[in-house]
Amino acid sequence: MRLVWIYPDLLSTYGDRGNLLVLERRARLRGLPVEVVEVNSDQQVPLDGDIYLMGGGEDLPQVLATRRLQADGGLHEAVRQGAVLFAVCAGYQMLGTEFGGADGQPLPGLGVLDISSCRGERRGVGEILADVDPELGVPRLTGFENHQGVTRLGRDVKPLARVVTGVGNGDGTEGAYSGRVLGTYLHGPALVRNPGLADLLLTWAAGQQLPPLPPPAEELALRLRDERLAAVPVQ
Amino acid sequence: MDTTLPGRSRLPIRARLATTVGGAAATVSRLAGKGDGSVIGGVISLRLEPDLLSLLAAGRQVVLVTGTNGKTTTTRLITAALSALGQPIASNVYGANMEAGLTSALSRAPDAPLAVLETDEKYIPPMIKATQPKVVVLLNLSRDQMDRAAEIWMLARRWREALAAAPGCRVVANADDPLVAWAASAASAVTWVAAGQRWREDSWCCPNCGAHLLRDGDEWTCRECGNRRPPVSWVLSDGNVVDPAGRSQPLGLALPGRANASNAVIALAVAEAFGVGVDSALAQMRGVTSVAGRYTQVQRRGTEVRLLLAKNPAGWLEALDVMVPAPVPVLLAVNAQTPDGRDTSWLWDVDYRRLRGRPVLVGGERRMDLAVRLEADDVAFRLVDSIDDAVDVARSPRLEVLANYTAFQQYRAVVGRTE
Repeated sequence: MRLVWIYPDLLSTYGDRGNLLVLERRARLRGLPVEVVEVNSDQQVPLDGDIYLMGGGEDLPQVLATRRLQADGGLHEAVRQGAVLFAVCAGYQMLGTEFGGADGQPLPGLGVLDISSCRGERRGVGEILADVDPELGVPRLTGFENHQGVTRLGRDVKPLARVVTGVGNGDGTEGAYSGRVLGTYLHGPALVRNPGLADLLLTWAAGQQLPPLPPPAEELALRLRDERLAAVPVQ
Repeated sequence: MDTTLPGRSRLPIRARLATTVGGAAATVSRLAGKGDGSVIGGVISLRLEPDLLSLLAAGRQVVLVTGTNGKTTTTRLITAALSALGQPIASNVYGANMEAGLTSALSRAPDAPLAVLETDEKYIPPMIKATQPKVVVLLNLSRDQMDRAAEIWMLARRWREALAAAPGCRVVANADDPLVAWAASAASAVTWVAAGQRWREDSWCCPNCGAHLLRDGDEWTCRECGNRRPPVSWVLSDGNVVDPAGRSQPLGLALPGRANASNAVIALAVAEAFGVGVDSALAQMRGVTSVAGRYTQVQRRGTEVRLLLAKNPAGWLEALDVMVPAPVPVLLAVNAQTPDGRDTSWLWDVDYRRLRGRPVLVGGERRMDLAVRLEADDVAFRLVDSIDDAVDVARSPRLEVLANYTAFQQYRAVVGRTE
């Protein structure tokens, strides 16, 4: 299992490493050999990754990272070849056809997902709860969002979830997915409180159902998850 | 300098009234046991006279100290160094670092010709305008409480614009932090200090053009736009300060850690701008043992407990360096109240692997967040309910405590304020 973290030098704003660590741990606990590759913005994106991760970033780094990934072309090629791609926050917006730049002006995105984003009126900051598309078999999402983006979904994607509490895409939906590309406004270490989502990505990459983890290995993550679910009021 | 002293009697009558009423409110708040009262006092004063801060700052020599980490300690060290001048100094020693806190610090010391003011990094532009400082100190810039703070590239740009518009002020800046250096380079006069940079996760790329920076030791260079580390005149080198004349001597601080050595070298560069030499400044700075409860050692049920405060990943990284090594047990505590930032994501930016193999206790309101984080780094730990619980579980002559803001305040309230 090859995990590729795209541009930690530009797209690692708030605990984004957490997603890498969670995937790595959950794969290892199941006996899958794991290799982690961190690709900086002055390096080529490798084509042979199984799961690609993109984190959050401030406005300017987001613009720079998009420009570099577009010129590099490796991420597009890997996705065409069937790799899994998981992107949060700024990384999620970048995957679309368009997003809002540092002064709110529309800028071209990577065009990997059929979504388009722009700058909204207010910043959405706080805990978010959202119920995942039943087809994905993942329980309710719990996370933290901190963004000013409004994202419209096109015909070729499905919403990842329906917002229970929080802002998400801005129209009651949260995140988007198509094939094995999945993006969300849950920022930073989104997979920490959502082990089900982590396992969905690992299952896609492995191409087969994975055995459940032994309960003690899950205990702390599930306690944290339950604590946060209980702490956040359902709107 | 004495002829331009602000003195209360020189203030316009409304400003004088404002400081009196604000001072009374502060006293009431203090007596009610609600902190030191500087915020409420300042807020009330400013409502009566919105220009109070500039009126109070007029005629004084002001130093503003800002950065993500080390503001309170550096403010204290500069204040200690400048005490060699033998004149009263106004300072917001308890860390109330927005307009109300600065106003309150100045109105409490109407006759002080000098002021050393810790300033929140977001408020530097208006505070430069209001206080017309002689020196602005820029320590470092890294991710911190992004649920309420501005993004740091944006902050660096605002600092830059504010300094470009303040030609009379000297900047003392850490040349080893690329974001800080980029902001400071817009000022007309800069004293560059090689103060080191332990946390680099926010400065892999050029703040000027965004290209990946070439890093070689402390040097950093941008291949694309030519932005690079400026030549330095003060250097921190293995616990020694090297002054602009090339003389090296040990800092010999009572305060622990690399971060404080870095703060001290910056304080020495500020002292020089006021004509205070290294020897006299150091003699005063060495007497600083604890800053607003940080680094305080207290006895608790027979255990010597040391409290460290750090609020963000860069601060935690430095604090983990400062800790007495294994086998002394460590208590880590995290809250996520508003002053801490409501988002605990930052816990994932800290590398805890060096804690492997030593006794680790985990407390605070968000201890489960920390527990899951430590598990991912294969660090064994035990959950505790309180600082006394930790002392009981640790059963050790010493206990090192690292907590973020409100967790630190809660523990400090239990073990007693010693300052």
